[in-house]
Amino acid sequence: MDIFLQQVVNGLTLGAVYAIVALGYTMVYGIIQLINFAHGEVVMIGAMVALSVINLLADAGLPPLVVVLTGAACAIPVCMVVAYAMERLAYRPLRRAPRLAPLITAIGVSIILQHLAMLVWSRNVLAFPQIIDMRVYTVAGAVITNVQIAILASCVALMAALAWLVYRTRLGTAMRATAQNPQVAGLMGIDANRVIATTFLIGAALAAIAGVMVGTYYGVAQYTMGSILGLKAFSAAVLGGIGNIPGAMLGGVLLGVVEALGAGYIGNLTDLCSYPVISGWIGARCAGGGHFVLFGSNYQDVFAFAVLILVLVLRPSGLLGERVGDRA
Amino acid sequence: MRQPKFGISLLVAAGALSLAGCGEEKKPEPAKTQAQAPAVPTIEIKIGHVAPLTGGIAHLGKDNENGARLAIDQANAAKIMIGGKLAHFELLAEDDQADPKVATTVAQKLVDAKVAGVDGHLNSGTTIPASAIYHQAGIPMITGSATNPMLTEQGFDNVFRVVGRDDQQGPAIASYLAATDKPKVVAVIDDATAYGQGLADEVAKTLKAAGIKVLAREKGTDKTTDWKAVLTKIKGEKPDAVFYGGMDATGGPLIKQGKELGLDAVYAFGDGACTDKMAELAGQAAEGMLCSQAGIPPQAASRSFLDAYKAKFNTDPILYAPFTYDAANLLIEAMREAGSADPAKYLPALHKISYMGATGRIEFDAKGDRKDAEITIFSMKNGKIAPIAVVKSGKTMTYDEFLKGMGGAK
Repeated sequence: MDIFLQQVVNGLTLGAVYAIVALGYTMVYGIIQLINFAHGEVVMIGAMVALSVINLLADAGLPPLVVVLTGAACAIPVCMVVAYAMERLAYRPLRRAPRLAPLITAIGVSIILQHLAMLVWSRNVLAFPQIIDMRVYTVAGAVITNVQIAILASCVALMAALAWLVYRTRLGTAMRATAQNPQVAGLMGIDANRVIATTFLIGAALAAIAGVMVGTYYGVAQYTMGSILGLKAFSAAVLGGIGNIPGAMLGGVLLGVVEALGAGYIGNLTDLCSYPVISGWIGARCAGGGHFVLFGSNYQDVFAFAVLILVLVLRPSGLLGERVGDRA
Repeated sequence: MRQPKFGISLLVAAGALSLAGCGEEKKPEPAKTQAQAPAVPTIEIKIGHVAPLTGGIAHLGKDNENGARLAIDQANAAKIMIGGKLAHFELLAEDDQADPKVATTVAQKLVDAKVAGVDGHLNSGTTIPASAIYHQAGIPMITGSATNPMLTEQGFDNVFRVVGRDDQQGPAIASYLAATDKPKVVAVIDDATAYGQGLADEVAKTLKAAGIKVLAREKGTDKTTDWKAVLTKIKGEKPDAVFYGGMDATGGPLIKQGKELGLDAVYAFGDGACTDKMAELAGQAAEGMLCSQAGIPPQAASRSFLDAYKAKFNTDPILYAPFTYDAANLLIEAMREAGSADPAKYLPALHKISYMGATGRIEFDAKGDRKDAEITIFSMKNGKIAPIAVVKSGKTMTYDEFLKGMGGAK
């Protein structure tokens, strides 16, 4: 049981990060129906900027928490500038183009950002400075570190803040109006371009924070780290129903937990020797506590995506998605 | 319309530059070079080198390339004569991105460029498919770092390696682990690459033979940074030791997260994660880890190699540079002995070679593997990996004993 609980704790941490990144995908999609494939790269740039800042300040004798927060505080504006430039230069000119054009552009932007980062931060796997003293707490047999607690707490806070922003402020109302119908929103006096740019900025700020979290959690950062993370977060957004903000949160957390449980149990589930009927046929390999594992834990991504496919087969618009009609 | 003009201006610029270069630097001996040049016929020899220069292990790839480059530059400076002609060597350095698909493309590119020999590749997963292409073209290749046994088990007569094999490295680290730490239960993890899996298989086999319980194999990929799920599962089975067959970019997060989860065990790795970078990536968690390297540590390579490397690249070799250095030198030496850079003519010389390289005496067995290859066991101390023992033909000796055996000169 403590193993199960530990896997859930691992999954929740991972899922919280996915959720934060997925929000960036889903908000942009909700408002301009663009899948911004470069969003994962914004996360990476956030991690890299924070890494550089933390390295600079490491010897300044400041408290570790202040140093990490400064790193995040520097990463946020940089990511916002990147995202604004991306929207202004790459997406806005294509606002009226067929939907495939901005999609391809997004992939292009992603490749450009990745290689720019490679030029700046080298192609090596960089060590994200581990300056926060690791404290380990044991709760009901499961281990949770102070970093994990911080990640979970800040993700919940960020999601709450975002929900407040979207559902309780004038800006949020404008965003939702633009998402529903940009032309009509324009007639009501909403500057659609400004709202869209603001959406990118909010997504970028969340991405920057996610980048710092991922770096602190795993202790590594590399210029390629954004692509797989972006893909997972995008899947989380689709799982929850893309365009739907609570859906992205739910999808992220769910994907994280499914992935952790999948990695933890897929080996046992597909170990043919644990099924008496089959182990009889392949007797020799199972003799003396042997194993015949079909899918090991390296298939954890497959497991996660299989769940995604299953959900989409049963609910094509995602768990919380609506409005199927006007989507491709 | 524009292109020819641009080409001409480039030519002119290049000419001007080379003229300027001659005039400035070679003032004392223009007469000598002019007198020699027409008398001695020259021969251009291309040697290929392939390693990943991008991606997670680019630092190791660059290190390998540096080794080869040093050998080529030294050979050019030494004005080696091959078959009565003054040889000029050119290194064609390619990037295979550690990707088997790219590796075969790059191999074909080198074959088309008519290289006389190939020094590489770095990974086993890339070297094995590429070797088939070199074999078809009859081009000799020597790898300085691919340790998967399958490479030389294909029956290709053009394939050589100057490092030990995984089936030597695996048993070596496993028997060291079994003898010194005496674990009862060991978890074996790999990164699902040809290298990681091959190494992990050998370790598991040796441990089982020693009567140690080995848990069901867990796997990640060569890009995995989240090992928590796997480690949590393993923790439930309370292993005394964890072995990981994979590279440092993934091994660093693995040991860090293992210690975080409170999985207190002896962590052991193969050569791919046997670098100082482990301490950088995992911090304090990497302290005390064990790892093995096929061959001898770079710092035990010959002094002349180490000095030359440091002088040329202003840094110390990381891992396999002494071996790629030797590999390039072996190609050159075989060409010199055979008096030809034609692969068909110098290949027999390579099979019979006995050469004193930066990593000791090199001779090949019938399969193209190095005879009597050493395996070194390391431990992480204060953020640096330090050699603690050497396993040679089944015998374990401490590192100091080994250095004494080598005459203490190195």
